[in-house]
Amino acid sequence: MSSFETTIGLEVHIELKTKSKAFSPSPVNFGDPANENTNVIDWGYPGVLPSANKAALEGGMMAALALNAQISRDVHWDRKNYVYPDNPKSYQVTQQQTPIGHDGYVEIQMPDGQTKRIGIKELHVEEDAGKNSHSGKGYSLVDLNRQGTPLVEIVSQPDITSPEEAYLYLEKLRQLIQFTGISDVKMQEGSMRVDINISVRPIGAAKFGTKVEIKNVNSFQYARNTLIYEEERQREELMAGHTIGQETRRFDEPTKSTILMRVKEGADDYRYFPEPDLPPIHVSDAWIDEVRSRLPEAAATRVHRYMTEFGLSDKDAAVLTQTLEMANFFDQTVANGADPKRAANYLIGDVNAYLNETQLDLQNTKLTAVNLAELIKLIDDGTISTKQAKKVFTAITEGKDPKAYVTENGLVQLSDPSKLTPMISQILDNNQQSVDDFKGGKDRAIGYLTGQVMKSTHGNANPKVVHELLLAELSKR
Amino acid sequence: MTDFFQEDLVSLHKKLVNKEITAVDLAKAALDKAEHAQKDVNAYITLDRQGALKRAAEIDAAGIDADNIFSGIPLAVKDNIVTKGLRTTAASHILDNFVPIYDAAVMEKLNKLGLVVIGKTNMDEFAMGGSTETSFFGKTANAWDHTKVPGGSSGGSAAAVASGLIPFALGSDTGGSIRQPAAFNGIVGLKPTYGRVSRWGLIAFGSSLDQIGPLTRTVKDNARVLSVIAGKDPRDTTSEDSPVPDFLANIEGGVKGLRVGVPKEYFAKGIDDDVKATIKKAIAKFEELGAVVDEVSLPHSRYGIAAYYILASSEASSNLQRFDGIRYGYSARQEGQTLEDLYVKTRSEGFGPEVKRRIMLGTFALSAGFYDAYFKKAAQVRTLIVSDFTKVFQDHDLILGPTTTSTAFDLGSEDDDPVKMYMNDLLTIPVNLAGLPGMSINAGFANHLPVGLQIIGRPFDESTIYRAAYAFEQATKLYEQHPEVSF
Repeated sequence: MSSFETTIGLEVHIELKTKSKAFSPSPVNFGDPANENTNVIDWGYPGVLPSANKAALEGGMMAALALNAQISRDVHWDRKNYVYPDNPKSYQVTQQQTPIGHDGYVEIQMPDGQTKRIGIKELHVEEDAGKNSHSGKGYSLVDLNRQGTPLVEIVSQPDITSPEEAYLYLEKLRQLIQFTGISDVKMQEGSMRVDINISVRPIGAAKFGTKVEIKNVNSFQYARNTLIYEEERQREELMAGHTIGQETRRFDEPTKSTILMRVKEGADDYRYFPEPDLPPIHVSDAWIDEVRSRLPEAAATRVHRYMTEFGLSDKDAAVLTQTLEMANFFDQTVANGADPKRAANYLIGDVNAYLNETQLDLQNTKLTAVNLAELIKLIDDGTISTKQAKKVFTAITEGKDPKAYVTENGLVQLSDPSKLTPMISQILDNNQQSVDDFKGGKDRAIGYLTGQVMKSTHGNANPKVVHELLLAELSKR
Repeated sequence: MTDFFQEDLVSLHKKLVNKEITAVDLAKAALDKAEHAQKDVNAYITLDRQGALKRAAEIDAAGIDADNIFSGIPLAVKDNIVTKGLRTTAASHILDNFVPIYDAAVMEKLNKLGLVVIGKTNMDEFAMGGSTETSFFGKTANAWDHTKVPGGSSGGSAAAVASGLIPFALGSDTGGSIRQPAAFNGIVGLKPTYGRVSRWGLIAFGSSLDQIGPLTRTVKDNARVLSVIAGKDPRDTTSEDSPVPDFLANIEGGVKGLRVGVPKEYFAKGIDDDVKATIKKAIAKFEELGAVVDEVSLPHSRYGIAAYYILASSEASSNLQRFDGIRYGYSARQEGQTLEDLYVKTRSEGFGPEVKRRIMLGTFALSAGFYDAYFKKAAQVRTLIVSDFTKVFQDHDLILGPTTTSTAFDLGSEDDDPVKMYMNDLLTIPVNLAGLPGMSINAGFANHLPVGLQIIGRPFDESTIYRAAYAFEQATKLYEQHPEVSF
């Protein structure tokens, strides 16, 4: 087995969450009724012209900056010609000759702790096609809502040598892009899509093996499984003395194997040429600086900040920065006055558990940073106990205001000696046996007495205060 | 019929304001003349009697605006400029039932001014041709001689204006399609600087070359129309973001001291002797009026045609892919047909031979392995042509020469030889490749047919062109001569 080496290159499409489409003012919105977000430009009507969306190009610039890429200064758009029903102009506007970004890299942490650098060949901005659905009744339906949605295509160098590396690369890429804020990078909604190129060759062979293409892989797990299967299939073919055909395959989930879609006989001829309807664009230093200044703080910077500023462990800091949502929620909770360590514990513990249980994204819950910070403050100032806090947490997941909830449900922790002392005297009067036991040196008796106080206050008494008051009262008897 | 349309806009406007005539009178006259002339001239593809009369009545009811010279004036529009609710075919079978749901930018502007669209004029299919003979809707005839071509591709617009069917018309010019028919019909046609007029709503042929412009009887009318259709449009990002000057402001300034270059290549072999003679006389007139004339050179202009046919056809091959019989226009849809069959059948039946020829030429020029040899090379030639002009314009204000190599030729005479037809655009094409403004005005007659004088200016300097053209027009008064056939 070890006599073969694998070469993997990935092309990742990221859908940008701009307000409008790449070349038309139609809104970009996932899940709207079919063809609602379209206009004459999206329909490719005779006489219409595209207008380039500045935000889309800036999305590409942000991605390029996040992936350590060089930014091209003189950019123009190109037409990629192909005819398909969900592509009404019959060409896609892209950046074939002058991608907005080139020669970048992504660093991944290998399982052995080493860092590996995966080269980024280029990043370009282009428009998405619409969506066909096949009715099976002899006709197909076309939805052009997605048509014209801006995409950034990120093309890696063939630096990836195993399915595991590919997985780590995709995870890292998702995190880097997510922290730019340009995309939700959700595979299930198609805002991140992966095309795979994989070839296998005998170690030391001068030439790369024949490349097999697997299109539109829609989860990282599929990507890894696809590559594991395909790597093995190609090795076996080569060992059996067969040659690998230049083909396009797809991953079949039920059989966990790849299936041949079509054999490529020649390269597709897209007849690229400069898009004459859009003027070329010069990207100035000032523009790049301005875009850079708008880039949100990257995950790596946040990890460092959480460790140095808040004294969090590297592990906790890493968990908090797995998604931009979580990191932003953490920052906002702290900004609202919560103790950073307690905020981190809540997010890593209760909040994550809640998200796992409900299968929700943080943004789709009723949790707010303001409420969580309030909850944490209520614990810290002794208003509620950590035990009471469990109830309050459930309440804030339902969108309730923590302070109001505590008041309405009488959850306020009882710490006032003037209220507790008469109660304690009463309990000591009623439990002479325990008082005697304590006096006789049985320290355990205090535990029983504490329990009685908690019981009579419905658990609202502050255990620390109760303990102190009990000792004081007992000493008097 | 009343001969309204040998008058200029000022005179028509005065009559409207003085209530000697109404907008409805003008619209009726334009419609009646057009219908009457259809058999002989065939200037229109679609006439909108109902829409035009309704619109004219509305304008009359609202009252003619004394400060707006266009109030209540009829016009004709080339049929590749989309008009909301009015069939727009680009002279192609593939769009013969296409009723646009939006207006071109120029139409929005003209409608706002209270102009009345009479109809859509005939043209070469998708503006591909130099004679208005490739139209799916039949050939148009030259205003001066119905056995001759009107030129192309804006032949319908030019013939309508020259025949007195309409005071002015819009055309489009990709390689000479306003100037050449203006020359063949003895009227004023301007191709503005690329980016001067929004292309939003112009059915694309060669996107980097196309430009909408006016065809008029007089120079001043031309300047008036350009003033209202020019300007930046956010929907056409290739349009220029600069204020539109008052083109009439210095139009009477004369040509004294203007430095005029005459390219020797524009008098080389292949240009008819009678055209050369007429143009030389016209240039002598400019000298007489005080212009400083000297010979200049545009050495790469002879490669213009080759470069143009590669670039324009490449862009066209891409622009015309959207016509697939699915969303609008003609569809050869049949029960049980595959998608590919639908595409092939729709396009086989929908496109005419000249359009197919150019799609194939462009597809070939862009294809992998040929791109460098054809498209890229043509783009390099274009750069050389631009720099030829830039050099001349360093010390010249204008370039003068013939618009065409000959006067209008016989209908049908070049049907079998597309390359011969392509050569007709030799003198106009370099202007499109360089994105410059160019005009054709009547320079005189040869064999009873008009000869066009081409005036080329610096980018966005239409004002100087108008000034020179007006000086020549006033010195010769050629616009007072009309075709013998009248309607």
